[in-house]
Amino acid sequence: MKKSVILGAITVAGLAAGAATAGTVDDVKARGKLNCGVTTGVPGFAAPDANGNWAGFDVAVCRAVAAAVLGDGTAVEFIPTTGKTRFTALASGEIDLLARNTTWTFSRDVDLKFDFVGVNYYDGQGFMVPVELGVSSAKELDGATVCIQTGTTTELNLADFFRANNISYEPVPIETNAEAQQQYLAGACDVYTTDASALAATRATFEAPDAHMVLPEIISKEPLGPLVRHGDNEWGDIARWTLNALITAEELGVTSANIGEMANGTNNPEINRLLGTEGNLGEMLGLDADWAKRAIMVEGNYGEIFEKNIGLSTPIGIARGLNAQWTDGGLIYSPPFR
Amino acid sequence: MSNIEFVRTEMLPEKEPPASTVGPIGWMRENLFNGIWNSIITVLFVLAIVWTVLSLLGWGIQPTWNAKSLSECREIIAATGYTGHSGACWGVINDRWLQLLYGFYPLDANLLSAVSGASAAEILADPRAHVATPIVMILGYWRLNLAIILLFVGLAPVLIERAPRKLLIVTVLFPFIDVWLMWGGSIWGPAMAFVGFVLGYFAFKILAPIAGTLIAVIMSAVVPIIWWLFLSGSAASIFAGSPIDLTLEPVSSRQFGGFFLSISIGVVAILGSLPLGIVLALGRQSDLFIVKALCVGFIEFIRGVPLITLLFVANNLLNIFMPPGTNFDVILRVMIMVTLFAAAYMAEVVRGGLAALPKGQYEAADALGLDYWKAQRLIIMPQALKISIPGIVSTFIGVFKDTTLVSIISLMDPIGLSNAIRANQEWNGIVWELYAFIALLFFVVCFSMSRYSMFLERKLQTGHK
Amino acid sequence: MTTLTDPPRESFRLSMLIYDTRYRSLTIQVVALIGFMALAAWLVSNTANNLADLGKEPSFAFLNEPASYDINQRLIEYTSRDSHWRAAGVGLLNTLLVAVLGCITATILGVVIGVLRLSNNWLVAKIMTVYVEMFRNVPVLLWIVFTMAILIETLPAPRAFRGDNPEASMLLGDSVAVTNRGVYIPEILFSRSLGNVDFFGFFNVSLDLIAIGAVLIAGILISKLITRRANVIQAATGDRPVTWYKRLGVICIPTLLVLWILGYHLGYPELKGFNFSGGTHLRNSLIALWLALSVYTAAFIAEIVRAGIMSVSKGQSEAASALGLSSRRTMNLVILPQALRVIIPPMISNYLNLTKNSSLAIAVGYMDITGTLGGITMNQTGRELESILLLMLIYLTISLSISAVMNWYNNSVKLVER
Repeated sequence: MKKSVILGAITVAGLAAGAATAGTVDDVKARGKLNCGVTTGVPGFAAPDANGNWAGFDVAVCRAVAAAVLGDGTAVEFIPTTGKTRFTALASGEIDLLARNTTWTFSRDVDLKFDFVGVNYYDGQGFMVPVELGVSSAKELDGATVCIQTGTTTELNLADFFRANNISYEPVPIETNAEAQQQYLAGACDVYTTDASALAATRATFEAPDAHMVLPEIISKEPLGPLVRHGDNEWGDIARWTLNALITAEELGVTSANIGEMANGTNNPEINRLLGTEGNLGEMLGLDADWAKRAIMVEGNYGEIFEKNIGLSTPIGIARGLNAQWTDGGLIYSPPFR
Repeated sequence: MSNIEFVRTEMLPEKEPPASTVGPIGWMRENLFNGIWNSIITVLFVLAIVWTVLSLLGWGIQPTWNAKSLSECREIIAATGYTGHSGACWGVINDRWLQLLYGFYPLDANLLSAVSGASAAEILADPRAHVATPIVMILGYWRLNLAIILLFVGLAPVLIERAPRKLLIVTVLFPFIDVWLMWGGSIWGPAMAFVGFVLGYFAFKILAPIAGTLIAVIMSAVVPIIWWLFLSGSAASIFAGSPIDLTLEPVSSRQFGGFFLSISIGVVAILGSLPLGIVLALGRQSDLFIVKALCVGFIEFIRGVPLITLLFVANNLLNIFMPPGTNFDVILRVMIMVTLFAAAYMAEVVRGGLAALPKGQYEAADALGLDYWKAQRLIIMPQALKISIPGIVSTFIGVFKDTTLVSIISLMDPIGLSNAIRANQEWNGIVWELYAFIALLFFVVCFSMSRYSMFLERKLQTGHK
Repeated sequence: MTTLTDPPRESFRLSMLIYDTRYRSLTIQVVALIGFMALAAWLVSNTANNLADLGKEPSFAFLNEPASYDINQRLIEYTSRDSHWRAAGVGLLNTLLVAVLGCITATILGVVIGVLRLSNNWLVAKIMTVYVEMFRNVPVLLWIVFTMAILIETLPAPRAFRGDNPEASMLLGDSVAVTNRGVYIPEILFSRSLGNVDFFGFFNVSLDLIAIGAVLIAGILISKLITRRANVIQAATGDRPVTWYKRLGVICIPTLLVLWILGYHLGYPELKGFNFSGGTHLRNSLIALWLALSVYTAAFIAEIVRAGIMSVSKGQSEAASALGLSSRRTMNLVILPQALRVIIPPMISNYLNLTKNSSLAIAVGYMDITGTLGGITMNQTGRELESILLLMLIYLTISLSISAVMNWYNNSVKLVER
């Protein structure tokens, strides 16, 4: 009865509304669109172009999940969130998946009641300074003015780092990356600190990137990953294994170029299981057999997504480093598809 | 009798006034250079204006309209040999002005592809490569354009005295048609919502002579609510699949953005807050203690907290206040909170109008034997609202300006979009051009509203002075 | 012939609750009350259910945890180990600071512009009209971010002050540095300070300030006494004794004496390391917010002042000059007291608006109460309900106190009608 009051009110307004109590998968399927939370803009990770099409590393995860569930990588509604609004948006059911370089921490997982489905980028908080400042270590930053993005874990790490090293600083809290960059370039702060990946991305867009350097200290662990609401394990599994499918595809050498050929069956049983020609993994997830194939076909496997959006061939130019496959000495490691 | 010969018998022809008191020179002596201090001030101000205008023009007049990125802008400006602080990069406005106006609202790609011959997919990828920009604006966003035109046509009978009375039909219908145009879907949803109001009207008309006014008023509220809650949904779904259905591609309100988002939040708040504000003002003036206390509490609470905290409530808490499982759209939540916010201010403005009315008017209404509602409708409100027009319009302007605050809760209004645009590699580092463009949009709308209110004030000034 | 019949002696019937005006108002009120209470109960039960589902029992205990973030502008002692309570307190003081500063400058600017709009110099009047229209018709949020951008982009960075031949130099004999991180001005120091006094363990107040304040207030009181005595003499003899030097003396001499005893000197800002150190640092975010709120609100105040002055009829000033009052006295004794009655009520609401608009500080990173309690604290603890409720309560208290004070002042200048 009470729900119908609301529904009635919404009918008056002519708006479609959905109840989020049913499984998220069913909601997404009924809606025909995935609501995916992204940042309001970090170059290479998520940003809209002039026609409103979003692109970036985080965006690719959303598209892969949409392709796996709905069969269409473009059936995604991108919902920009700030550091402040992202958790509410997810908790309230406004978005189904938050793919917004969010650090996996204990309290977010346990206290805020979210489930991180994995790590798509191993990051750490770094510092960027102009070369002319002549600073070579973060410990030399005594008395410096530091720009930070507010509403993130970086704020807390920064306070801890300076306190632990007993040096003083002047924090300048800023809402968005674009504003932080503006202040940093104008010299309103000496140092810009955020995740090293975002620093690299931001630096790449500067007029003279070489005049700025990222200091060697990484003061925190920032495993960034997509997250879903706590308690809907079915949906969490889909998001988790879509991400793992992208990672496994890279490990097994399945790319968007050769996937059509491989989907006809290969000698490697794991590839066959991944692409649905053997076993019934898709069915166990409540999807069809081709789910992983579609997810990989949208933007390619993990390595391709990385290279296309933030890799060395792009202006952002981030090396794989920690984010190389475990076989190449990195941390990117997917549980087996079995 | 002394003779009066020396008295002139005919008047001399009038002389021209001295050249220094008429014409431009006279005007300047009168208005700009009357006294040493004024002359000095005038000269100083002229110098300041000239300096400001020159430096703004130097910055603003740059051949950068077609640039595709900030670095290209810088190259173009460097090529012109401009030496100032920095030149304007208008390429960003050229690239993004449609987005700043309409946000991420989906283009009607089919219509555009019919016009241009390019396929719908090509159009979606880059509409302006295939179709001229004005056509993209007019046809691609025809739903929004039509909605805005209908809004103006619907408001015309209210705003302009000489508008044909027949337009009142549009006034009644446009909220429903606009909802359909903006959100899409089947036309029967909004149509059935409208039927609810019609039912309420007839319930009143039929019951008023039989059962008395009060019962009729109550029933005219109850009947539509029953209709909306239990019947309208199924009625709409019966018609929805039928051949007499008109459907538009559904658009979720998350895709609203840009200046259009500001306008839609503003218009909803303005249209919703006026009736709500009048009710609250009457409640506050009422003799009924509890009603009065509730109204005062509501008004003072809303007026005592900043809008941004109410937006936080809309964003973070409104879902918690609702029954578990209900989840409605953040833009609708924002519209509700902004409407409540505006209503509290509107109530105070209307209360001011009510208080300014001479007591004799109330007494005269009583003496005529009018009941409370009749007195309000025929005597009090027309006069009180007329007195409050300047206040009402300035509340409207204030609410419209305050819609920019939604950028803080990450909605993509023009200011929110400006941040997203600056996050793009091409436009990273752009500041002034975007702000100037946004400021211009708001200025045009708010300035015209305030001019209109001054015109209305003068027109309605009947008697009394 | 008249027939007088007793009115029918009705017994109470249920329908009278609706049709009898004696009971109807009671019925409506009871229905309204029940409706309101039902709505409130519904909302509270929903909230309780939802919070239980989320596993977040409402509790304000999180406010005692360490905040673990730093705040740049603090008017009281604060480190990242202090509690969220204290962080909120720092934010509250910052809100009050910018609100008070903003109200003062907005009033001054607004009065000047309002008067200049009535100037007989056409150009000045027009420019002031342009000013008013420009600021009134563009959102304040845009002005705030715009002002911030201007400060950041056009002022020199501290590193421009460095080197043998710096691009920028300090003003007023090396005492003021205007940079894009803010303005550094000399600070007041006392070499023989009296120390601080601790208030409830929450904040410290410098005894020096208290001492100076006390002497200043005493001086002003004595000066008032002198004026009153001059009035008495004038009433008795018709001659007004010249008192200004006495009044100046009783205010200034003891104050200067106290300053000398305390060892007053100025601490100048100096470029050290990355930043200027020493002196008082007015941060960019404070200046941008203060400036933008002032110029924006001034446009509204200017209109109020103009309307107020125009509301005083011309006959009043003519009557004043007929009485032989000088133009200054005409303004002080005749025009202003009458104009003030029109000006004050809308002025109150503008002060309130300015205070509420200061919550937009969040856009420029000024750490006011919305930035601390409603920003970082809420975000890091995930306690939305508690934080927002507390935030609203604080703003409500501020607003109601401002209206109470201003209404009291308004009543004191109001025309007492016969």
